[in-house]
Formats: sequence, structure tokens, C-alpha cells
Amino acid sequence: MAKITFVDSEGRSRTVDAENGSTVMETAIRNSIPEILAECGGACACATCHVYVDDAWTEKTGKASAMEEDMLDFAFEVQPNSRLSCQIKISDALDGLVVRTPGKQG
Amino acid sequence: MSETITTDVVIVGAGPAGLFAVFELGLLDIRAHLIDILPRAGGQCSELYPEKPIYDIPGFPIVTGQGLVDNLMKQIEPFHPTFHFGEMVEGLETLGTSEHPSFRVTTDAGKTFECKCVIVAAGGGSFQPKRPPIAGIDAYEGKSVFYAVRKMEDFRDKNVLIVGGGDSALDWTLNLHPVAKRITLVHRRDEFRGAPHSVNAMRELVAGGKMDLLIGQVGAIAGDNGQLKTATIKGNDGAAHEIACERMMPFFGLTMKLGPIANWGLNLHENLVPADTEKFETSTPGIFAIGDINAYPGKLKLILSGFHEGALAAQKVHRYVYPDKKLTFQYTTSSTNLQKKLGVN
Ligand SMILES: Cc1cc2nc3c(=O)[nH]c(=O)nc-3n(C[C@H](O)[C@H](O)[C@H](O)COP(=O)(O)OP(=O)(O)OC[C@H]3O[C@@H](n4cnc5c(N)ncnc54)[C@H](O)[C@@H]3O)c2cc1C
Ligand code: FES
Repeated sequence: MAKITFVDSEGRSRTVDAENGSTVMETAIRNSIPEILAECGGACACATCHVYVDDAWTEKTGKASAMEEDMLDFAFEVQPNSRLSCQIKISDALDGLVVRTPGKQG
Repeated sequence: MSETITTDVVIVGAGPAGLFAVFELGLLDIRAHLIDILPRAGGQCSELYPEKPIYDIPGFPIVTGQGLVDNLMKQIEPFHPTFHFGEMVEGLETLGTSEHPSFRVTTDAGKTFECKCVIVAAGGGSFQPKRPPIAGIDAYEGKSVFYAVRKMEDFRDKNVLIVGGGDSALDWTLNLHPVAKRITLVHRRDEFRGAPHSVNAMRELVAGGKMDLLIGQVGAIAGDNGQLKTATIKGNDGAAHEIACERMMPFFGLTMKLGPIANWGLNLHENLVPADTEKFETSTPGIFAIGDINAYPGKLKLILSGFHEGALAAQKVHRYVYPDKKLTFQYTTSSTNLQKKLGVN
């Protein structure tokens, strides 16, 4: 179990429980977090689950894989801390993770 | 200019549900035209996960998205469906009565269809280009910002800004290069997903000073009356460059948008079309909804469900298309009649 905080583009934050082994995207959908669409259901095929990982956490979440980088080309306003949330797996190490969601996904 | 096509059934959407419906209709001697905004058949399977394996198609322990679509296309070949690709179905108008329904279907390419029944197999909605979140971009769309090239002449002697790093961006960079005044390609990183020979061709043009490549993202655009004049590119180093451009083409892939279906009087519920579970007919007799687009108690958004729904819808369509003919249940294994239709006898 880990707690994850989603901060939306207007600065509102929501903290929810996440299960180990699931993904940040799945956690968002399960908790009706706005600004995450996840059209492809986590197949790394749509880039509508784009998030910005809080700078304090980028080392723990790691880098995007080559496939994820390719898919990030379809996201808007990509920054060095951009990730696709369906590709971030939750573990105890990510307890307290903070991600921001962009104003526009698709 | 507007041709009217008369047929039994118009199927909106050529995803797996629409494709298999052709088969079930064909066995009952019902002819169909399929319309899809995409340039090819297959819906989500071909567009979102062509190379990924599917494990829950009965009888196929494993098949890729594209593999399934290829097989469906082969399976429906005997029925010679007519495809209209790259067209958006916009209008759906009721002409007949509830006992003898008929409809007029119109597309954005100016085609008109008259048919007895309509099967809405529109999945998660029509695939449309993603619109980048650049302030005020909508004022330029269709005038100087384009997501597809309809006429090359629109780009002659213009400064053209192309945004993206895949095949569409590279192909249009290369195709428009001889026509345009100058091409600037903007991509967020110095790596391209496109075919290696296109990437090489682009790099050669850049090296020869024949076009510009900027690494960064479009921050803002400016112009007037829908005519683009400049764009500001934010480099990854934080610096902003303003460039002159009269045309822009952003390529950020596709997203599913419900689109015109919302205006067809189908009593949408949460962007889905309610249908019954006996024949998958909507609140309008003669209009059916199958696959991901429909909603009913217990619905599962699986390819499997779309196949079942198409088979049952076809039975009711038969009643509308051939009101005087009785339908007898037959198996493809043993019916010589069905085998003749399939061209295997
Ligand atoms: C990554 C991923 C993996 C999946 N894995 C599985 C799996 O393992 N097993 C499974 O059973 N399902 C799976 N699915 C779900 C499956 O792909 C869908 O259930 C299926 O594609 C639905 O088929 P459909 O024909 O109803 O709609 P779609 O495949 O969505 O096709 C609908 C078509 O209609 C077109 N359209 C819509 N409106 C219009 C209009 N107005 N004018 C013109 N064209 C229009 C669209 O462009 C689209 O091509 C998966 C989906 C995804 C995204
Ligand atoms: S959900 Fe589609 S890429 Fe993450």
C-alpha cells in the first residue's frame, strides 16, 4: 500500500490509497481522478495518462522506457519529469508519491 | 457532386464489431456499406494495438490486433462489402416509419446513402486528430492550421511548420518540401519514430540547408483572420524562437471523440447508445447499436460481445429488409445454401 497525491492543473490535490503492483493510472481511474483519460487502458498506446512527477520523486519512479518515450511524443507540453502514469508500478518505495496532471490530455 | 448510394444497411464504423456484422448480414443476403473516418479497417485493434496479443477471442489462443482484423477481412470477403474510408458520418435522418424504416445517411465527403437499416458500430467514437493546447488554435483550424493535407496547393510557396516525430510528420515534411517555400519541423526531442529512410531523407535536407529542424515545442501562435503569421517555439534549453509561418500541421496522433452520433436522437446515456439485448436495436426502430458504443445491463466491452450483438441484430434487420421472407435457422457447417453464399460449395 502506498499513498499517492494527484495535483490537478488548477492546483487542487487529492490523496488516495494505491495497491502495490497496480499502476498510478489504475489508481487514478479507480478513484475518479480528473485529467487522466487512459483511453487505451494501460497499453502504452494512447498517451492520455500523462503526468508530471514531482521533482522529489523522479529518481524513485525512474526513467521512461524507449516505448514510453515514443508514446510521449503524442502528449502535449512534455517536460523532463513527464511520464505515462500507466507505466509507473506502485510499490512501498513510492509511498507518498506526488504527481501533477496536465490540463489537456487528448 | 452528391451521389446517392442505395443499399440495405449502412454500418457506421469498421472496427471488429462492424466487420463481423457484415458476415452475419451477408449470410442473410443483406448488403452493407461501411463508413469509417480512419483510412483503414479495424478500429481500436488496428489503431491502438496492432502488434499486441489478444488472448480472449474464442478459438484463437493468441492473435494480434492486426491479425484479427486481417482474418475478419478475409472472412467477410465473400460478401463484397463496400468500404468508405476517411469519411465521417455526420447526418442520420429518418425517412420511413417504424414498421418500414428507412434512413438517409450523409458523410463529410458529400456522400448520401439511403438504406433500410443503420448499424451504429462506432466503438469509443470516431478517431480524430489530437488538437494541441495552444491558445486560440481553433480560430486557425481549417484555414491555416491543418491536421491532414486535402490540397497540396494550399501549401505552395508558404512557410510551413510541421510538428511531430512520427511517420505522418516526416512524410508530410518530405512531400511538402518541393511545394512549400520553406519547411520547419519541430519535435520535442532529437529522436524520430518514423521509418529510418524518411528520417535519413529529412536529416539530409537539414544538413543541406534546405529545411529547418528545431527541437522544442510550440508555445504560441499569432496571426489574424484565421491566417497564421508566426509561431513561438520553446526550445528545450528554455530559449524561445519566433519563426514566420503561414501554415501549421500538428501531428500528435488520434483520440476517440464521440462526434456527430450525439445529434442522432438516440437518447445517449453517458456517451453510449442504449440498446435492447434481444436484437440490439436502439430507441429508433431500424437503428441498431453494437460493440463498444452500446449500453445495456451487464454490458462487457469485449470484442466477443460485439460479435454476438451483430449476429442478433442481423436477424431483426432481415425482418425489415425482407418483410415477406421467413428466416430459417441454419448452420454454416451443414447448409449448402449458406456454403454457396460463402463461395465454398
Ligand atoms: C489496448 C487495448 C487492448 C484491448 N484488448 C482487448 C482484448 O484483449 N480483448 C477484447 O475482447 N477487447 C480488447 N480491447 C477492446 C476492443 O478493442 C474493443 O472492444 C473493440 O475494438 C470494439 O470494437 P467496435 O467495433 O465496437 O469499435 P472500435 O474498434 O472502436 O471501432 C469503431 C470505429 O468506428 C469509427 N467511427 C465512430 N464514429 C464514426 C463516425 N461518426 N463516422 C465514421 N467513423 C466513425 C471509428 O473511427 C472506429 O474506427 C482492447 C482495447 C484496447 C484499447
Ligand atoms: S493509458 Fe494509454 S498510454 Fe497510458
